[in-house]
Amino acid sequence: MSLVLIAVLALLALCLVAGAILGFAAVRFKVEGNPIAEQINALLPQTQCGQCGYPGCKPYAEAIAGGDKINKCPPGGEATIQALADLLDVEAEPLDAVEGEKPQMVAYIREAECIGCTKCIQACPVDAIVGAAKQMHTVIVSECTGCDLCVEPCPVDCIDMIEVGSTVQSWKWEKPLPPGQLIASDREQAA
Amino acid sequence: MSALHKAEALIWDIPGGIHPAERKELSNRTPIQPAPLPGRLTLPLNQHIGAPAEPVVAVGERVLKGQLIAAANGFVSVPVHAPTSGTVSFIGPQPYPHVSGMLAPAIVIDSDGLEEWIELTPQPDYRHLESSTLVELIRQAGISGLGGAGFPTAVKLNARPTQKIHTLIINGTECEPYISADDLLMRERANELISGIDILVQLIQPDQVLIGIEDNKPEAIAAVRSALNERSYQLKVFPTKYPSGGEKQLIQILTGVEVPSGGLPADIGMLCQNVGTCVAIHDAVLLGKPLISRITTLTGEALARPMNVEVLLGTPVGELLEFAGLDRSKLNRLIMGGPMMGFTLPDFAVPVIKTTNCLLASTTAELPAPPPAMPCIRCGECAEACPASLLPQQLHFFAIGQEHEQLKAHNLFDCIECGACAYVCPSSIPLVQYYRAAKGEIRELEQKQLKAEQSKQRFELRQERLRRAEEQKEAERQARAAKAAQAKAAQAQTAPAAADSAVPPAKPGQSDEQKKLKIEASMAQVALKKAEKQLATHASPELQAQVDALRSAAAIAQQALDSAMAANPPALAAAPAVDDGAVKKAKIDAAMLRAQVRKLEKLEAPSDEQHSELQQLRSQLEVAEKLLASLEAQAPAPAAKPAADDGALKKAKIDAAMLRAQVRKLEKLEAPSDEQQSELQQLRSQLETAEKLLASLEAQAPVAPAKAPEAETPDPLKKAKIELAMKRAELKKAEKAGSDEATLGSLRAALNAAEQALHQAEEASGKPVPELVRTDKKPIDETTRALKTEVAFARADLRKLERDDNSAADALAAARQRLADAERQLQEHAGS
Repeated sequence: MSLVLIAVLALLALCLVAGAILGFAAVRFKVEGNPIAEQINALLPQTQCGQCGYPGCKPYAEAIAGGDKINKCPPGGEATIQALADLLDVEAEPLDAVEGEKPQMVAYIREAECIGCTKCIQACPVDAIVGAAKQMHTVIVSECTGCDLCVEPCPVDCIDMIEVGSTVQSWKWEKPLPPGQLIASDREQAA
Repeated sequence: MSALHKAEALIWDIPGGIHPAERKELSNRTPIQPAPLPGRLTLPLNQHIGAPAEPVVAVGERVLKGQLIAAANGFVSVPVHAPTSGTVSFIGPQPYPHVSGMLAPAIVIDSDGLEEWIELTPQPDYRHLESSTLVELIRQAGISGLGGAGFPTAVKLNARPTQKIHTLIINGTECEPYISADDLLMRERANELISGIDILVQLIQPDQVLIGIEDNKPEAIAAVRSALNERSYQLKVFPTKYPSGGEKQLIQILTGVEVPSGGLPADIGMLCQNVGTCVAIHDAVLLGKPLISRITTLTGEALARPMNVEVLLGTPVGELLEFAGLDRSKLNRLIMGGPMMGFTLPDFAVPVIKTTNCLLASTTAELPAPPPAMPCIRCGECAEACPASLLPQQLHFFAIGQEHEQLKAHNLFDCIECGACAYVCPSSIPLVQYYRAAKGEIRELEQKQLKAEQSKQRFELRQERLRRAEEQKEAERQARAAKAAQAKAAQAQTAPAAADSAVPPAKPGQSDEQKKLKIEASMAQVALKKAEKQLATHASPELQAQVDALRSAAAIAQQALDSAMAANPPALAAAPAVDDGAVKKAKIDAAMLRAQVRKLEKLEAPSDEQHSELQQLRSQLEVAEKLLASLEAQAPAPAAKPAADDGALKKAKIDAAMLRAQVRKLEKLEAPSDEQQSELQQLRSQLETAEKLLASLEAQAPVAPAKAPEAETPDPLKKAKIELAMKRAELKKAEKAGSDEATLGSLRAALNAAEQALHQAEEASGKPVPELVRTDKKPIDETTRALKTEVAFARADLRKLERDDNSAADALAAARQRLADAERQLQEHAGS
């Protein structure tokens, strides 16, 4: 009987000690914020365009962490969906966007037509437009994320979204065709 | 001498490497020839690694040979100089030697054939120069690595203070199978090469200088050795093997030390310079000549006279190959660089740039098209050939699978893209292309990530800023509210005092004393009346006494007032101007007096005092009425009349409206009682009379002229504006409701008509158009501004229509016409 009692007491003591350690750790090493949302946010393209229906990338990351779909980010495209699927260990889905994946764009203000209303400056989520009231505005190309949030508020329609073309500096090599994609005659020649 | 040989013997080997067939004898049998002067030179702004140079000349400007035409743009950048004298004919996108075949910004110079040099400032005495001055000389001469990579030499020479360069390595290896430019350079310009090395030694003070030359260039070795004289530079000759010419490979061969992965030679205290770069440094410092030409190998079976030429930078490749006797029928692939690492040129218009060491015009037999790739059989040949000890096979599979982390872990970025692996591959897999593509992908992703990080930061900072601004606003708002509350409290405190001291609404024409007396008198009267009331309810001797006292006091006050009024009788007559105000005042005074009189008269048993007061009041009333009569006589009656008319008219209108409303109300009743019926009848008759009256009044007062002239002007304008706004609202509503095109069209027409009406009204009003205050830098006259506004509006309209898919074609055409007209007008105006 006493043996059983000792065993029970020992287990109880162990439980209490372990519980105390766990409780202390929970307080001492508490992680601020949602670490999953942070990781998701790191994968999003940070254009802050709101095309996902959330006011910015971070809210969408939090929504994904809360169970929203991962295919609502057109600027990120398939690459982002794939990365999110890998991170969350879920099935990758096709992009949920009307126009599909779009090339990288940049806003361009036709400066002669700008009336200096500052509406686009207020709309830009990354402060990439400079200008002042009744002064011409212009876009800092290196900071523009191509979210096109500035296009809508412009009262004189002087903002264009221009595709960021490839230059000699940004050009990259294409991957060669994999061997499996040879046509039959080439295969014979190769053999 | 034996010691020297011992040192020369001390060399190491690199892992891997290959021995492709040598074809250097094609071009290394003839001395270096000067290339003919081309008629037009194209100088790309980016002939080096780093930021493109910034043009400092304008189109049409004449430039001299050696003149700076584009300045370095940043630290890692290199200036560009004019290779010959002539005129700048174009600055903009031009063909550029790049795999993609894309255009790149360039300066085009039409040569005048005079070869007129700019004034040069040679520095033969460079040993006394500061090292920073020397580096600046090299930077200003536009020298970038001439071996093939094109890294700015001055940047390389700007040694980090923490890292002492103890070994200077001069690269005369030239391992590519076809190229012989460095070979010929060393043979013919050994002295310049050595003096260039002297400058570098002066600059970086290394412990040892190693010159590395492959053993397939005996003439070059001999020439350099004889030029060395007594210098302590070590000439190291080593067996030919591809790719010993790579910087890291050469360092390993000459010193046995490996450059760490991802590091630079400077990390292990070494610096590597190409022989061509050394000669360019010699030219720049001792002769003052900037880098405007280079030695290039023209080779390949498709050329009749393969050779090495000293060619001006910017010379079109086509012209150069013609000079070497190009047979276009034999030409298969034109390659810039060697067959191993070079790339196919898209066309003949591309110019020679600072990194062009070879042009290879190959025939089909010489460089056959690679056979189609077969699957990897994992033979491992590539790993044995790799000079960087990588695992090409693994990298290949990771590249196919886009496993970027694995690629980085397997040191993809240590790959020098030498092509040895692809050369030995039995399945002829284009391995290097896989690595290049993977590198590009990884770089692009990193770039994207960097940008995302930057955007995130900016977004968060912006949010933070907005939040702060909002907080500040809120704080200010609260501060204002608190201040207002405080002010209110303070006011409440001071209010009674202020009320005490406050002067009652000043009646003009009364002196302060009179006012004071009047107040005293009235106060005494009030007190008296109160006491009298009390006395009436419960009479007592004390109260009686009090009332008496009060009465006498009131009488005294009244007397004082009267005497004061009498002393200054024309208190009312003092009205300075005979105007409406005076008349009104007189009327009010009279009315008040009359009321007082009536009140007193009504008293059934007036006391003596009251009696006398009544008398007094009556006389006052008389005076007041007389005054009023005289004032009215003087006052120009018509001035008051229209107002009266207006008032009557208004009243009549209101009456009529009210009656109408009542009638309607009664009419609505379903089962009116008799009373109501009769009331209705009565009201109807009343309404009739009222309407008659109104009609007559309106007839009397001819509506428009009766109104004040200044009130008339804005009316049509306002009306037109309201009309326009209403029309617009209607149109919008219809558009939102999705009405059919016909209604929309009619609404649009109505809107246009309203707009026209507004314009007419605006013109008719003759009122200046509301002026906008704009802080323009240069003054713009009103017409230009108006025209510009019109253009902007027209454009906005057109855009709106264009965006709307179902907008009518004629509306579009009209909008376009409007825009065109507006623009033409603006142009005409600007022209005039």
